[in-house]
Amino acid sequence: MSKTLDSIPSLPVADTVETVMDWLTSNLNSLFNFVQSGGKDAMNLITDMLVAIPPIVFILVIAIIAFFATQRKFGLAIFSIIGLLFIYNQGLWDELMNTITLVIFSSIIAIIIGIPLGILMSKSIFAENVIKPILDFMQTMPGFVYLIPAVAFFGIGVVPGVFASVIFALPPTVRFTNLGIRQVPRELVEAADSYGSTGWQKLFKVELPLAKSTIMAGINQTVLLSLSMVVIASMIGAPGLGREVLSALQRAQVGNGFVAGLSLVIFAIIVDRLTQSLNKKK
Amino acid sequence: MEKIKVENVTKIFGKHVNSALKLVEQKKDKTEILKQTGATIGVYNASFTVNEGEIFVIMGLSGSGKSTLVRLLNHLIEPTSGNIYIDGENISKMNKQQLRNIRREKMSMVFQNFGLFPQRTVLANTEYGLEVRGIPKEERTKKAEQALENAGLLPYKDQYPSQLSGGMQQRVGLARALANDPDILLMDEAFSALDPLIRKDMQDELLDLQQKVRKTIIFITHDLNEALRIGDRIALMKDGKIIQIGTGEEILTNPANDYVKTFLEDVDRSKVLTVENAMIRPISVNVEIDGPKVALKRMREEEVSVLLAVDKNRQFKGYITADEALEAAKRGEKNVMSILKTDMITVPSDMLIQDVLGIISESTIPLAVVKDTKLIGVLIKGVVIQSLASDTQGGDL
Repeated sequence: MSKTLDSIPSLPVADTVETVMDWLTSNLNSLFNFVQSGGKDAMNLITDMLVAIPPIVFILVIAIIAFFATQRKFGLAIFSIIGLLFIYNQGLWDELMNTITLVIFSSIIAIIIGIPLGILMSKSIFAENVIKPILDFMQTMPGFVYLIPAVAFFGIGVVPGVFASVIFALPPTVRFTNLGIRQVPRELVEAADSYGSTGWQKLFKVELPLAKSTIMAGINQTVLLSLSMVVIASMIGAPGLGREVLSALQRAQVGNGFVAGLSLVIFAIIVDRLTQSLNKKK
Repeated sequence: MEKIKVENVTKIFGKHVNSALKLVEQKKDKTEILKQTGATIGVYNASFTVNEGEIFVIMGLSGSGKSTLVRLLNHLIEPTSGNIYIDGENISKMNKQQLRNIRREKMSMVFQNFGLFPQRTVLANTEYGLEVRGIPKEERTKKAEQALENAGLLPYKDQYPSQLSGGMQQRVGLARALANDPDILLMDEAFSALDPLIRKDMQDELLDLQQKVRKTIIFITHDLNEALRIGDRIALMKDGKIIQIGTGEEILTNPANDYVKTFLEDVDRSKVLTVENAMIRPISVNVEIDGPKVALKRMREEEVSVLLAVDKNRQFKGYITADEALEAAKRGEKNVMSILKTDMITVPSDMLIQDVLGIISESTIPLAVVKDTKLIGVLIKGVVIQSLASDTQGGDL
């Protein structure tokens, strides 16, 4: 039996993928270069601006936003102040700002791509049938694998980090947008139709507003996933807290690794609670 | 004037539509067709016309296709075959833009669970139809506020639907429909989600409103009492087919088939109501004592033109009419014996309304109700119909 199986030659999947990649890199080289340099400049600019803000001002602004976003409760505001002060105290402030830039960029790109894709999915069964398995693939494929094409396209640095993060963080926004629109009660869709709404009017006046909280839950997941890619992206040279974790790992420095990891957790909690409370607000 | 014309409209859900159609023609029933083809019959070969200014009720139990039928009228659901005409225009042949214009300008819909947008205020909900038509902000706010004012809801315009009671939400639903000033209102079980007392109020309000605005209203309900109360004409549906169309009285007195009969028996109170429940107080004269002048005076006081005649033991003797009493009074007669008429039918007070419907529909004058040969009441056609249609919660039951 195993002989018959062995008689089938190994399918050249890996070779094919590589051929496609080679073709892409050589033919779209100028595009990738443009994205690489433009993206890098834009992100450096944002990071520089964030670093230029005096840390104490930055911390207070975050605390005030947290205070009002959580219906004037002190919990998150106090946590933000203590947590951010701790990160500053550990000398990881610049790394934090780099991480913030990376998360902001990859989240925004994921949202810009993800919401329209989710809308498309909700409107067409065909699109849903095509996109769903792709999303499954994107989510189950180990994050490291995305680093390979990212490097091939963009070399090393922060841009390929964003690229890998976007792929990894995109699915929740797409899925939740699709779900949110499909969950709009049938009667309300009928009401919109029966008053003669066009497709766009129905989408913007009825479906998106009603799907908003579901979409926001997806965005929250996307932000956290892109944050979780920070460490992995540092393997291809993306700066930030992830790089500290990675270098601690490479030098077996448990203490440094713990501090950098803890800083990431603190930042993740602040981001998570903030995006969630934005969702709860009317 | 014919407003809506539905011509052989059929809607079949699912695949294998053609084979399902063939089975329907072979008079196979719904479950068998579902088993053989996997297709569900929504509406089969429905044809009817609705006149301008009419309240046309489509009644049936759940699954009878009535909600599908109303959605076919504004093409929320596309018919499998057949034509629908609005003002003589075939909407089944229209393109998307034409259809949108019909929906925007000619017909508005009111929904069972109100269909209000939860993220919009009452005012913004009422404006919706005008907003999608592209009417400027100022004008649409004015129109929407007027519609809310008419419904007595203007003070609530900045509230959200969830802050209002069910009855008020449905008033908003109705105001939203009317703000568009459509010719046709489609009301899909519009009052079914409301509790019985509120429902009755809303029915009254709808009838009042209809007096003023004279829309063509298609009203869907599963409630016979509601249908009888508000419908000018009623179409009865079963398994996607229209079984009978007629006025409430026609359907009650002359059910098209056994199904309609059993349907009426199921929901209708004529089976349990007796004549005694529906009769009204008799206004009578004593033939042994009262003369024509007394009779005339009593007619004036009670604002009636017919008096029932009894003797001193309240035995029913007949009736007298105003015209003849006047003649007798002019002739100077002292009693009413000469003008007493005896052709009024008497029915026993414990007779079922169901059994009396046939008699009363043929009789041009009211019926006398007697108990142990004594006159205790009078039965008038209008009151009988009303008693059947009145709310099952109330009454003497």
